[in-house]
Amino acid sequence: MEKFNKLTGVAAPMPIRNIDTDMIIPKQFLKTIKREGLGKNLFDEMRFLDDGSENPDFVLNKPAYRNASIIVAGENFGCGSSREHAPWALKDFGIQVIISTSFADIFYNNSFKNGMLPIKVDAETLAKLMEDAERGANATLTVDLEAQTIEGPDGGTVHFEIDSFRKHCLLEGLDDIGLTQQKTSKIEAYEEKQKTAQPWLSA
Amino acid sequence: MRAPSTLFDKIWDAHLVDVQEDGTCLIYIDRHLVHEVTSPQAFEGLRTAGRSVHRPQATLAVADHNVPTTDRSKGIQNPESRLQVETLEKNVADFGVPYFETDDIRQGVVHIVGPEQGFTLPGTTIVCGDSHTATHGAFGSLAFGIGTSEVEHVLATQTLLQQPAKNMLIKVDGELPPGVGAKDIVLAIIGKIGTAGGTGYVVEYAGTAIENLSMEGRMTVCNMTIEAGARAGLIAPDEKTFEYLKGRSMSPKGAAWEQAVEYWRTLKSDDAAKFDAVVELDASELVPEITWGTSPENVIPITGNIPDPAQESNPQKRAAWERSLAYMDLKAGAAIEGTPIDRVFIGSCTNGRIEDLREAAGIAKGRKVAATVGAMVVPGSGLVKEQAEEEGLDKIFIEAGFEWREPGCSMCLAMNDDRLEAGERCASTSNRNFEGRQGKGGRTHLVSPAMAAAAAIKGCLTDVRKLEAED
Repeated sequence: MEKFNKLTGVAAPMPIRNIDTDMIIPKQFLKTIKREGLGKNLFDEMRFLDDGSENPDFVLNKPAYRNASIIVAGENFGCGSSREHAPWALKDFGIQVIISTSFADIFYNNSFKNGMLPIKVDAETLAKLMEDAERGANATLTVDLEAQTIEGPDGGTVHFEIDSFRKHCLLEGLDDIGLTQQKTSKIEAYEEKQKTAQPWLSA
Repeated sequence: MRAPSTLFDKIWDAHLVDVQEDGTCLIYIDRHLVHEVTSPQAFEGLRTAGRSVHRPQATLAVADHNVPTTDRSKGIQNPESRLQVETLEKNVADFGVPYFETDDIRQGVVHIVGPEQGFTLPGTTIVCGDSHTATHGAFGSLAFGIGTSEVEHVLATQTLLQQPAKNMLIKVDGELPPGVGAKDIVLAIIGKIGTAGGTGYVVEYAGTAIENLSMEGRMTVCNMTIEAGARAGLIAPDEKTFEYLKGRSMSPKGAAWEQAVEYWRTLKSDDAAKFDAVVELDASELVPEITWGTSPENVIPITGNIPDPAQESNPQKRAAWERSLAYMDLKAGAAIEGTPIDRVFIGSCTNGRIEDLREAAGIAKGRKVAATVGAMVVPGSGLVKEQAEEEGLDKIFIEAGFEWREPGCSMCLAMNDDRLEAGERCASTSNRNFEGRQGKGGRTHLVSPAMAAAAAIKGCLTDVRKLEAED
């Protein structure tokens, strides 16, 4: 997995609550057997008009935000399905950080598995960052995972909380499966114990 | 003496393989369901790293999202859908994972198949790359949806790295009025706590109204827990649970069955267990529920009016309501009842089981689908379809003018050919009413099977109790 440490980039404002996984990547694009290439269909139904042309009103189509690498979004971002295609599409487009007051659990987990950083902040901080993001090309934020800070365009800095293990894995770019396989003896011991205690599960 | 604990705590503790210093837990996964949409990249990851499947026999695969619900002998026409199913077939063969072929009578929606086969058992941890895995919690298992990276992790290690969740108790007491069922209970709950109300929690459902539900009704309730933001919802197993599981093909047999039941009887929250949040609902006050907007929390009684954004003080919520009203082409303040519809979908992991079809057939019997409506019934599995046909439900539906289809996820998410056209309005027994969920520009109203059948007959959103009164 790619490491994540520090990012300075344009933040796009999406002040919509409950941005769901069908909005992020509609189901017709889930038929792929690859992880790559989904960025072109990110937010497809909002981003493109019926004739396939770009919707000029959609934030990521506006000149200032075409290269955004951060999204500042309304509450409960990523609700709905478990599809990892949602973070894959965001990442493929170039989004590495999403800031909101809350995230759906599965989306939140999935993001970390792909070297992306979802950041939870309080409502007041979100309102401030949303204002920053609405400044178009000047909407540059700097996210420092090591220091757990977001620095705004005016130099003001806010602190964010993150689980220490997730932070460690992201900073080091660690592969979960490799880590867990170091505990194979514990897994096997568990399986032996279960065979005796709940034999019907191993039959 | 150990502190009083909840059912979730007990299952969690029983599955701990390791706890890191930072509190991250490695939990053992007893059962893993796999489908074609969220697994190809996981198997590819195993292949690239030279890893095998740790415990193939604890895994069960079935294709459901992409399969056609029309004549299956012709194969899948869409090349991408076909490739995804073929990729699953290759992966299960390469890695030795048990699989139900698309023409196997046991094929169906993964969350219908698990319980039907007795693969789903009380006290187990069950995962699947699908958010509606919560369904299996109806059996007193800890069941939740995971992403593809986690699917790969479970395939490789039979474990998952997780943080413990908080406990929420949702207590539903009282007797359900006629015409009101499990779907109405869960819609009312989501309407009450909101689509993020359960985030970070595992929900335990309890109370007399939950106890009185059949296993299938309990599955409907647990299924939609994710629509309230909680990854898992569960119900303590009881005699109904054991009765449902006894004799199923993968259920324990003989002495192992007796031993299992003895353990399963211990699976309940202690009386003094502490919950981080408690929500109470009176079942006797419920009416048939319906969603009006594009979030499952947009729930109103069928007798109610569409809310007015001007009455909402939270600006983000107000904006979301305005957006929903525009998308759904509805007018604030208007009655929801009487809104004309174009389509009806009866099926899905929420409402594709035999009791759901009986409920819908009970309304459809001797009546005709309105001329302006296209209505389809998609059984949740081949076995559900077979049972329905034995009971003659297929004839009732066909005579009324419903299409009778082959099993699969179908128009719940429209990954196969079953979908709404832009602007079409649908009464659907599925679980999500997101923008574009059932087809780009399609408008979804979530309802119970009886309500969906009633809407098909009347040609508009209607109160099923009026039809029942005619019987």
